[in-house]
Amino acid sequence: MCLSEPLALRLERVSKAFGGLRAVDGVELAVRPGERRALIGPNGAGKTTLFNLVAGALPVTTGRIELFGRDVTRMPSHRRAALGLTRTFQVSNLFPSLTVLDNCLLAVQAPTTAKFAMHRPLARDLALRARAEDTLAAVGLADRATAIVRNLSHGEQRQLEIGLALAGRPRVLLLDEPTAGLSPAESAAMARLLGRLDPAITVLIIEHDMDIALELARHVTVLHYGRVIADGTRDAVRADPTVREIYLGA
Amino acid sequence: MNRAILLGIGALVAAAAVAPALPSYPLTLLTQVAIMAVLAMSLDILLGYTGLPSLGHAAYFGAAAYAVGILATERQAGFLTCLVAGVLLATVTAALFGLIAIRATGTYFLMITLALGMVVWGLAFRWVSLTKGDNGIAGVPRPELPLPWSLSAPLPFFYFALVATALAWAALGTLARSPFGLTLKGIRESETRMRALGYDVWLHKYLAFVISGAFAGFAGVLWAWYNGFVSPVDVQLVTSVETLLMVALGGPGTLAGPALGAAMIVFLKNFVSVYTKRWLLILGAVYIGVILWAPRGVLGALRSQR
Ligand SMILES: Nc1ncnc2c1ncn2[C@@H]1O[C@H](COP(=O)(O)OP(=O)(O)OP(=O)(O)O)[C@@H](O)[C@H]1O
Ligand SMILES: [Mg+2]
Repeated sequence: MCLSEPLALRLERVSKAFGGLRAVDGVELAVRPGERRALIGPNGAGKTTLFNLVAGALPVTTGRIELFGRDVTRMPSHRRAALGLTRTFQVSNLFPSLTVLDNCLLAVQAPTTAKFAMHRPLARDLALRARAEDTLAAVGLADRATAIVRNLSHGEQRQLEIGLALAGRPRVLLLDEPTAGLSPAESAAMARLLGRLDPAITVLIIEHDMDIALELARHVTVLHYGRVIADGTRDAVRADPTVREIYLGA
Repeated sequence: MNRAILLGIGALVAAAAVAPALPSYPLTLLTQVAIMAVLAMSLDILLGYTGLPSLGHAAYFGAAAYAVGILATERQAGFLTCLVAGVLLATVTAALFGLIAIRATGTYFLMITLALGMVVWGLAFRWVSLTKGDNGIAGVPRPELPLPWSLSAPLPFFYFALVATALAWAALGTLARSPFGLTLKGIRESETRMRALGYDVWLHKYLAFVISGAFAGFAGVLWAWYNGFVSPVDVQLVTSVETLLMVALGGPGTLAGPALGAAMIVFLKNFVSVYTKRWLLILGAVYIGVILWAPRGVLGALRSQR
């Protein structure tokens, strides 16, 4: 691995306190460009909070976050997104009363200047529309373009959740439990979808389903009460006594 | 969507067709409806599209009306000067107030816009040397245009207001269907997702706020010319509440709906005032009725019927 290449994502002693609760506690993380990293840990371990810190949805209490070598610790979330950082949400966070296509168009036009155009109908922008349709096809929603998102099945909403993140052509993708609430068949389809992602994209995935997490990522970070308690290859993490205790004991 | 546009065009054409046959009182009311429709549609950009409930919209409407009142009486300013100055003053006011209001959301946004509206009302009331205070500015002349008909007659002025309304509707409709318009709907649906996608939510809300204020100012200019009289009544809270109700009653996020709501409120107000002075009570009752039976307004209710 080339050493001069900056890390895609680097966290230095990042902490987040909610009152007295240290939801994230001195987390160190280094993720190389193009890496697939799984983030696991029991309920309430602080995984989603960590994503909120990286994405900028919440300010850190202490610590430092770097994206491609750039300090983004105090940068608002929309500017981090403009640098290529995108996330999905554990609980689907979509635009419920808009159509699937409009949802996707919002994601597609976000990095462009078209988003400020006020004098022409969006429907006439065929290039944006083509890209939105490509994204919908990639996540298996091509035939649902005109449906209102509120009326989609839970599984379809999870697919769109990924679609919105992919539409902006991210460089770093944070996936928060993409299979949450999916049936085994839907989960398998989601795993195939994630397996097809462009290898250039750096992916951090929070996943409760171990099989999916370990199938996708060779490198695993384990969080427990806000701390990193194990970090290494999947076999090393599987063999780690503390991890075994948390997942098999208690 | 297209059905609402057809309905709107139908209403405009019908109004234009029956106008010459109408006695002067109904014609005056129709003129009021046309102007209030512009005000309601301007608020719809904030309330219906962006999800920001402003309770101070009379501020921009009134600021523009005062600009026209003062310039037309003291400086004998003509059509273009009044139009530009009125819209500009409303825009600048919205640009200043937006800096304060946009950080807040929900009820806080409502309260801040209300408070800012009260500031403008207070100025209109107290800055007597400029605004003539409670007495108001009387005798605001209508502009002279190079047309064969004088706008001081009710019928030509009605057509003038109707054309202005149609133009405002077309402009706001284009905005609503533009890429920028979609970002406003996105903000209404989920601000957190918009941020995650890379939108500067503050900026988009701010732009919507200023544009909305500019169009409210356009309505205020028309109102000063129509009424020939500008007073603190034009900037008071009741005017803001009525506007909010027009949008809620007609159907937020549809433009045509708030225009319909404007018609309902204007006619109701003038009808009711024959029998009682308790207009605010009636307004409150209408509001409760909307919440109970048509939370998405008349157009929204008609749509979900199908
Ligand atoms: N905004 C908040 N305010 C206060 N406490 C919070 C907030 N967000 C999270 N927490 C708390 O922080 C801890 C970590 O929560 P977090 O959602 O990050 O866990 P998680 O690892 O994602 O769990 P899960 O697997 O259930 O999704 C929990 O105890 C939670 O109650
Ligand atoms: Mg979580």
